[in-house]
Amino acid sequence: MRRLFAILCCYVAASMVSVQAQEPVALTGDIQAAAMPETTPEKAPETVTSDSVETLLTKLTAVKLSKALPVLEKLETQGGAALLPMFKSMLAGDLYYIKSSKAVIAVVKADGKLTGRTVLGNQDLGVIEKKQIKKIRVNNKLRVFLRQAIARLQIGAPDAELRLLAVKTLLNSLNSDTVEILNSARASESDEDVRNMIDLALALHQSASPSSETRYAVVAVLADSLEKEARNKLAEIAEQDSDKKVRLAAAKALKKINERIEFYDFIDQLFFGLSLGSVLLLAAIGLAITFGVMGVINMAHGEMIMLGAYTTYVVQLMMPNAIEYSLWVAIPLAFVVSGLVGVMIERGVIRHLHGRPLETLLATFGISLILQQLVRSVFSPLNRQVASPEWLSGSLEINPVLSLTLNRLYILAFALLVFGLLLIILRKTSLGLNVRAVSQNRDMAKAMGIKTGWVDAMTFGLGSGIAGIAGVALSQLTNVGPNLGQAYIIDSFMVVVFGGVGNLWGTLVAAFSLGIANKFLEPVTGAVLASIFVLVFIILFIQKRPKGLFPQKGRAAE
Amino acid sequence: MNQLMRFSRLHGDSKVAPFVAILVLVTLLASMGNLLMPQDSVFYVSTYTITLLGKYLCYAMLALAVDVIWGYCGILSLGHGAFFALGGYAMGMYLMRQIGDRGVYGNPELPDFMVFLNWSELPWFWQGMDQFWFAMLMVLLVPGILAFVFGWLAFRSRVTGVYLSIMTQALTYALMLAFFRNEMGFGGNNGLTDFKDIVGFDLQADSTRVTLFAITALMLAVILVVSHKILQSRMGKVIVAIRDGESRARFIGYRTERFKVWLFVYSALIAGVAGALYVPQVGIINPGEFSPLNSIEMVIWVAVGGRGTLIGAIVGALLVNYAKTKFTAIMPDGWLFALGALFVFVTLYLPQGLMGLYKKMMDKRKNTTDGGSGPDDVLSAPVQSSAKGGDV
Repeated sequence: MRRLFAILCCYVAASMVSVQAQEPVALTGDIQAAAMPETTPEKAPETVTSDSVETLLTKLTAVKLSKALPVLEKLETQGGAALLPMFKSMLAGDLYYIKSSKAVIAVVKADGKLTGRTVLGNQDLGVIEKKQIKKIRVNNKLRVFLRQAIARLQIGAPDAELRLLAVKTLLNSLNSDTVEILNSARASESDEDVRNMIDLALALHQSASPSSETRYAVVAVLADSLEKEARNKLAEIAEQDSDKKVRLAAAKALKKINERIEFYDFIDQLFFGLSLGSVLLLAAIGLAITFGVMGVINMAHGEMIMLGAYTTYVVQLMMPNAIEYSLWVAIPLAFVVSGLVGVMIERGVIRHLHGRPLETLLATFGISLILQQLVRSVFSPLNRQVASPEWLSGSLEINPVLSLTLNRLYILAFALLVFGLLLIILRKTSLGLNVRAVSQNRDMAKAMGIKTGWVDAMTFGLGSGIAGIAGVALSQLTNVGPNLGQAYIIDSFMVVVFGGVGNLWGTLVAAFSLGIANKFLEPVTGAVLASIFVLVFIILFIQKRPKGLFPQKGRAAE
Repeated sequence: MNQLMRFSRLHGDSKVAPFVAILVLVTLLASMGNLLMPQDSVFYVSTYTITLLGKYLCYAMLALAVDVIWGYCGILSLGHGAFFALGGYAMGMYLMRQIGDRGVYGNPELPDFMVFLNWSELPWFWQGMDQFWFAMLMVLLVPGILAFVFGWLAFRSRVTGVYLSIMTQALTYALMLAFFRNEMGFGGNNGLTDFKDIVGFDLQADSTRVTLFAITALMLAVILVVSHKILQSRMGKVIVAIRDGESRARFIGYRTERFKVWLFVYSALIAGVAGALYVPQVGIINPGEFSPLNSIEMVIWVAVGGRGTLIGAIVGALLVNYAKTKFTAIMPDGWLFALGALFVFVTLYLPQGLMGLYKKMMDKRKNTTDGGSGPDDVLSAPVQSSAKGGDV
């Protein structure tokens, strides 16, 4: 150890004098490698590495941009996996050094303040003034190296996902070195996906082989992959290969791959359609209760959604440190807020307009204007940003051409859950029984002792509360602003009317079919024309079947 | 209540003549005040006021259009802004063509926005719009045909009540989305503006503005009288019968859907004319006119004034728009609060609007002399017409 320190001290002294950095660095590296076996095997290597790494890091702060690559290469061999965070933040351009101590740190900007962390050991350094630090610059050449270095380091990572990502990154930079790394990694690889990916990489490397037998085998491997690199290589082989048999096989494989991609594109569109459908369902389902079951037109329904979204915003303001859990607070709270406002509207206005649907429409429209302006005055006319919790962001990657975003997937599930709950409430609870009784025959229900006024208020509160929940979900997809509700009100009415008033299943079918139709039209016509076509279609459809897809039957229908 | 109805039957309709007289008088005075009086005179009416009055009268015409179908036939259209805007766009296209080579790009054929979009020739639907007569024909034809097709489809399949209202709203919403697109060839987001002159007269000149204002007043008077005559006629009686009990009217043997379609088309024509008169005075037409909010605002003008009375619609439009002008100048944020409160207040406490209130007060004074009630009240707004008037 002592010997090493001495060498290091020499080196530091040398590097201070000499601008030509490469030789001494290489020297230290060699000596260190030689020194390692002599030291105690358990503890020493870490210390050794870290020491020399620190020196190299200091080197990095002084060296010119064009000379930084060799330093980084040394760092990779010396530091190993411990340097992964540093490479990553350097790649992201977040790597700085403190001017006074030359210590390299990763800097993160949050809320307008810069906070620093040491790259080794990840210690929090707290808030840092911009004046104290200087950025360590990167250029494209370094970025390419950094990406590959990260991949090389991660290929031994314990997490299979990271290993997969590492192999994927290496697909672009195959040479004999990386192939060697891959070969050795394959031998110890336990995860099948990673192994397949390594096989693909090795096959890509072999595609230049002189033997047409090998190339033919390569095509067979590539044919199973949906990776872009495999497709490019296949296209190249199909055009340029000297052997006709290989060319034909490649062309055939390419055609098969394209068919598969088309299929996955179809699934992708279907998913987006379902996602839009789930949003429509959430927005419309509350309306299906107030309009469909109670027969009350509530033009302020969109504003109930908006209130729910703003509730999410306020909840996040109140618990900025627990964004992860904010949604679990926001969902019940939004239900209560929107539900209460709904009950107030019902008791204050709608009750007095019973049996006059057109007047109800106008009065609730007035309420929607008031609520919008209220939100504009209280918050701001500008859109507000609602943060997404960590577990909602990201995507579920099924294969290279198909990945489903997690928030849309969750909202789809959430919409179905809400729908199911509502169905249970209406079918199995006494409130549901009362609601159905009142909606079928108000006078008879009253005669049987049902408090129709109370049932009305509860139904309206339920419908509005669900709109509030829809607002929470929507806040994860779109901007939260005073006009949020207006954007959905016409669509929601379309869904309810299309599905058939008073029929929750109709609303479900209508929401998903409209969502899917919209998304499948979009690539052909563009987004705006698609929604216009859907609107016109519904207008025409209603002329043909005024009672919607699933009309109510029996006396209750009249 | 019945006394109120009887009173309105006896006295309400006769107010059309005095109202027209007042309208003509005010128009004459305001025009003379602008053209003949010196600027520092007490009687001078500024051109700004003239234009504002002209705008209000266009709104009044629009309110009349809504009232004819809502107040008298029980069809609540939330899409009349569409007919208004289509009429406006037809006029705007004519005015656009009149700019000729005085635009920013100086292209004699193409309006500026088309040059900007690199279009090489005029789209087919812009052909002929440089002819005033053709443009005026379009002002009537486009809203008329749309109303006919929509009405024919809707009324024949007996779409009524709130369903119809939502469909009309969807119609105007779809049109708004469409007109916002640049590729539609109607100027996209910015719409049509920068007009120079109309049939050779400079649009900025005081005399042109006064003339436009006078024409608007005249058209309003003509439409008011014609609507009054139509609603007084046999057809008008059937229309009110449809409002009060569509099934009954159908059983008696009237083809109710035909009456409704023609009334709807008539109403759309009025709205189209109002739009065409609005655009040269305001100087711009953009897709915002299609927005559902605009269409629903028209309904509240009628509700405030009193639906089922032609004059009520006009009074309501004038009052609410005057209030809007004042309100948005003093406290812009307050206007939507006020408008929203107006919606709620009027529907809850003034179901017959101001005209109803006025009649109630007059009726109280005359209460001692008149005790009977008529079974065929024309002006009663039914409570549940739309809820029960549909299928049987």
